[in-house]
Amino acid sequence: MKQRTIVIMAAIILVASVGVGWYLTRPTQKESLIVSTTSSLYETGFLDVLKTQFEKRYPRYNVSFISQGTGLAIQTAKNGDADMILVHDPTQEKAFLTDGYGVNRKIVAYNFYIMVGPAADLAKVTGLSPVEALKKIAAEGPKGNAIWVSRGDNSGTHSKEKALWKLAGLNLTMLKRQNVEGTNNPWYLEAGSTMTATLQLANQKNAYTLTDVASFLKNSKSGNIQLVKVVDSGKDTLNVYSAISCNPQKNTRGKYEASMALIKYIASDEGQTLFRDYGVQEYGSVLFKPWITTLKTNSDPTLIQWVKDYAYIDGSDCPTQYRLNPGDLYG
Amino acid sequence: MSWQPILDGLGKAAELILSGDREVMELTSRSLQTAGYATVMAGLVGLPLGVLIAMRQFRGKRFVKTLFNALVGVPTVTLGLFLYALLSRSGPLGFLDLLYTVPGIAIGEAILIIPIVVSFVASAIEAKDVQLRDLVRTLGASELETSLAVVREASSGVSLALISSFNRAFAELGIATMLGANIRGLTRVLTTAIALETAKGELGLSFALSFILLAVVLSLNFFVSFLQEGRLGRLRLIVREA
Repeated sequence: MKQRTIVIMAAIILVASVGVGWYLTRPTQKESLIVSTTSSLYETGFLDVLKTQFEKRYPRYNVSFISQGTGLAIQTAKNGDADMILVHDPTQEKAFLTDGYGVNRKIVAYNFYIMVGPAADLAKVTGLSPVEALKKIAAEGPKGNAIWVSRGDNSGTHSKEKALWKLAGLNLTMLKRQNVEGTNNPWYLEAGSTMTATLQLANQKNAYTLTDVASFLKNSKSGNIQLVKVVDSGKDTLNVYSAISCNPQKNTRGKYEASMALIKYIASDEGQTLFRDYGVQEYGSVLFKPWITTLKTNSDPTLIQWVKDYAYIDGSDCPTQYRLNPGDLYG
Repeated sequence: MSWQPILDGLGKAAELILSGDREVMELTSRSLQTAGYATVMAGLVGLPLGVLIAMRQFRGKRFVKTLFNALVGVPTVTLGLFLYALLSRSGPLGFLDLLYTVPGIAIGEAILIIPIVVSFVASAIEAKDVQLRDLVRTLGASELETSLAVVREASSGVSLALISSFNRAFAELGIATMLGANIRGLTRVLTTAIALETAKGELGLSFALSFILLAVVLSLNFFVSFLQEGRLGRLRLIVREA
């Protein structure tokens, strides 16, 4: 009898605690908004700040960020599993618009990619331009003086890397097949993973890689990597983040209003300030520079022209035929 | 650097548990929920199925048994991918809105562990003497009563089936990632959080969460086996007196 009582009591306690636990963690009756995004914004922790501040301003929304590479983020949005995207690949973004999946694209922030590598820098690329550095690495790789790690995952960073190799006039398919002299190991490695994982792989192999400045600063500071910056930023290594809402005519989730609220928030002064302030204290420099603020104050005309050349589509953030009731989004 | 993350982790784990850290409680509760729902669903489907397979004679019985044994080892990423394609908005079951939700993950895990339940239950029942089944039948029991009697006799095997499948669901990463997307506050569970923190390079926190996960699994298993021991002890007593 006593045994049975214990079992019954245990069962009741178990059910009760599960019930309480479920109650405490139930999703609240807020409208849920799903944003498909790139891993670099996610892993640096910026999106947590954005979520907190946006939900303070608009308590009826519950924002969920799904971090995947840009390529997968766009695919998720096309499948109709997300309400908007926040990515950094103008070519893929343009296709997203022209294929009818997205409306109301807005450029929101920018920073630069840099190349990092081992402090020893056997390939001697420090101080070169990105294209010169890649040529040097391609020459030194087979000799065993340089290993290159690529994202290899169709992310925005990967697209930029491929574009740079193209600018350098090198054929990636050939480079990938080359082995280090005297071994069966290639010098061009593909991580197939997020920026942090790629940086850790490069760190492990004392290799060179392309990374956005924010991920580099964050991982350096936390001691995950001992790589150093070898090639600085310039026009060729511009990194521009944009937000695009899913076209309500193709997307059946019905969260168009919510996604526009978030896009307008990010584009507002308050949203831009979040970019401006993020990371300054911890890393001594802004991780993601607020584009709209820069544009308004015209603080760096050369840079502004670079961004327009690189990321504008037909002369603006978003060609008029892909705008849908934008309100004052485009000024 | 070597032992540092592990020691860090131990310290952090103790700290997180003792301070009742809200986010950790949420993660643990959600892991328990998904695994719990999954086990209940798998039990409801797998138990009767296992009993049927064990007790009936039918053509292809050996094939079916082998099939379920093989399905125990189905690669979780493949199952996750398949379900993702089904449950996505662009897929046939998209209207159910199950993607990126806790019930969605639970269903995925349930499908994963049903073969475990079926295999273990079928084996446990078959281990019981055939004469027991015939005895119960000759005493005038109906099909249902016979099945219930056999299940009761094979109860330790049935508990093992349920516990093993719960453990499997609790420790599941592939399905939780594919169907849940690790959304903070919505679908993040202990396993996916560990994967994320590791990817972010926060090894100390990863280890902390891992220790907590181990602690929960171990305590649950010890608790259940303690309960069982009590039962078995009593059973032995009855048999001796008979």
